[in-house]
Amino acid sequence: MRINATNNLNFRVLNEQIRNTEDKNVIIDNCLGQRFIGSGMGQRKLTINGTPGNALGAYLNGADIEVNGNAQDATGDTMNNGSIVIHGNCGDATGYGMRGGEIYIKGNVGFRAGIHMKAYQENSPVMVVGGKAGSFLGEYQAGGTIIVLGLNEEEQAPVGAQCCTGMHGGCIFLRCDSLPEDLPAQVVSRKATKYDLDHIDGYLKSFCEHFSVEKEQILEKPFYVLEPNTNNPYRSIYTTYLS
Amino acid sequence: MSMDFLYPDYTVVRDKDLCTNCQICVKQCGLGVHTYDAKTKTMRADSTKCINCQRCVAFCPTLALKVVKSDNTYKLNDNWTSSAINEVIQQAGSGGMLLSSMGNPRSYPIYWDKILINASQVTNPSIDPLREPMETRTFLGKKPSKMERDEQGRLKFEKAPPHLALKVPILFAGMSYGAVSYNVHQSLARAAEQLGTYYNTGEGGLHQDLYKYGKNTIVQVASGRFGVHKAYLDAGAAIEIKIGQGAKPGIGGHLPGYKVGSEVSKTRMIPEGSDAISPAPHHDIYSIEDLRQLVYSLKEATAYTKPIIVKIAAVHNVAAIASGIARSGADIIAIDGFRAGTGAAPTRIRDNVGIPIELAVAAVDDRLREEQIRNNISLVVSGGIRNSADVLKAIALGADAVYIATPALIALGCHMCRSCQTGKCNWGITTQRPDLVERLDPDDGTRRLVNLVSAWQHEIMEMMGGMGINSIEALKGNRLMLRGIGLNQKELDILGIKHAGE
Repeated sequence: MRINATNNLNFRVLNEQIRNTEDKNVIIDNCLGQRFIGSGMGQRKLTINGTPGNALGAYLNGADIEVNGNAQDATGDTMNNGSIVIHGNCGDATGYGMRGGEIYIKGNVGFRAGIHMKAYQENSPVMVVGGKAGSFLGEYQAGGTIIVLGLNEEEQAPVGAQCCTGMHGGCIFLRCDSLPEDLPAQVVSRKATKYDLDHIDGYLKSFCEHFSVEKEQILEKPFYVLEPNTNNPYRSIYTTYLS
Repeated sequence: MSMDFLYPDYTVVRDKDLCTNCQICVKQCGLGVHTYDAKTKTMRADSTKCINCQRCVAFCPTLALKVVKSDNTYKLNDNWTSSAINEVIQQAGSGGMLLSSMGNPRSYPIYWDKILINASQVTNPSIDPLREPMETRTFLGKKPSKMERDEQGRLKFEKAPPHLALKVPILFAGMSYGAVSYNVHQSLARAAEQLGTYYNTGEGGLHQDLYKYGKNTIVQVASGRFGVHKAYLDAGAAIEIKIGQGAKPGIGGHLPGYKVGSEVSKTRMIPEGSDAISPAPHHDIYSIEDLRQLVYSLKEATAYTKPIIVKIAAVHNVAAIASGIARSGADIIAIDGFRAGTGAAPTRIRDNVGIPIELAVAAVDDRLREEQIRNNISLVVSGGIRNSADVLKAIALGADAVYIATPALIALGCHMCRSCQTGKCNWGITTQRPDLVERLDPDDGTRRLVNLVSAWQHEIMEMMGGMGINSIEALKGNRLMLRGIGLNQKELDILGIKHAGE
């Protein structure tokens, strides 16, 4: 099925068309800011030419979405399974609370990406950002893997301020020569070992395939791994008071 | 030790003449207060471990046990009360923020008790609910602001927005599986089904075995997004976005890892033993426009088949906030007052933040009417409702229905010891320990919840009949049926009621 979203096609009309078709392969042309595309969508392939609006692929449940353009805020909110590939930049709060599936972004991602990402049983979500990430990356992260490559960036660390505040699970890989200075005390960092890099090897390969990047170029710089510090958990700030 | 010592607030007293050394108290107490000394053949009690949950008292076959307020005291001081002193001692010893449970126990005004209900005499006869029809049904969701007719004079009836239909204007409020036990959730679900109303999952997901009660379930989406996935959203009759809760407005939640066992882990969809942290805000909501986005993403995910509820805590600007929510596309607002319960909240927040629900409901109803958007949205209120008269007053002040949770827990055995955060609830309510959970029989729990709400329903019908009113619809926002007693003019103005005698 091919839908032309030109002339400001209303998001409700567009999404209803997608919901009602049996076609497992849907292409949207001339997409211009229509929100909520692919909300809760199960297994099918969705190709978007243009710029989808906020909350693309929220509660995504197995669909594969490819965007030939940029995406906006809240992409992949509470995503459960499937994949979102963005051949451009992506907005704020990308992958909020995602529990499974994969998000690949060729360019940069906005503020608050991967907040409260979590993992469960066989579900372990991953977000790979080719460029840099804005502030508050991976806040409250509880599981899963966030990888920021900082390709073509001059800066030291490809993240903004307050990276991984409140992190209590999962891990963040930053490709850089030195770490940001404002990491919280509840997080530990180390240079990635071969074992660490094996963990993300498949994700890096997928990234390279999606965006035609050479893996050797990625491995030119070292990676750092950020993980929660199990010796300094957040619960120690409370005392039970029976009142 | 000595500087940190706090004398227990309550003392276990055993009448040695009545005690038969049967040791039932030993088995009943999960905190290890009671022990039997085989050498001396005597029972002992360690009051420092006692949380005054009354379990041993209720199960003592000879009435030999009681728990009394201990009479050890610091020098009396109206400013530095013993609890004020104890809090400082505890924080000096631990360096921690104080953490408490259940609702605000402090002596703020209870406006329910300063509002009186009207009754008919002579001129407008009362109605006998045993003989006359009395309607307690109510519907929650958007209502059309006007009806239109076509050329033939028939009602033009476009597809109505989704609604919740309640046989009684009382729903069970959100309590997460994890904070409460599986048997609590099962009792609430079954009772909601029998009563023709709804229970709310809270933010901890929906256990697989309870999906069959979906028609009577409100599923919650909170900032932690625990257990939220497509099938969960599809399972419920409505979806509630939890922004805040009355016991701890403005802050998030934290279910400690020791409460996340295998079943809780599966339901929340997080690893076993991991801490479940809900951030204070939804990090994707910074404005009404952002809220609208979450509302519509949920509507899109469920093809516009379910009403969306937005739950907030009653705070100072609640009327303006509710006005914004009414314009966000949400179908129902739930407002939780500052006396609402919780499984755990920082003590300072529980005891100092928020406003009474009585004032909030009146202010919100007024504001929505003034702006002519009252029909856009239904209003469910909670946090401090203790009996059917409170329910009736809430509806007369402007609510469409009420959520209850603390009364439901008391019906299930809670004795208000306010120690939920210990995870050792002897009544099997706020615990995940299998031996304690099985103390709450879901058959019994269901029956007691149905009893409670049915009794309240009859009382509401009696009171409505006395007023000469025969439906909840006619009671809604009917503040002429209320009078204040002992309230100042400002309070009367906010409540929108006259003083008794006027």
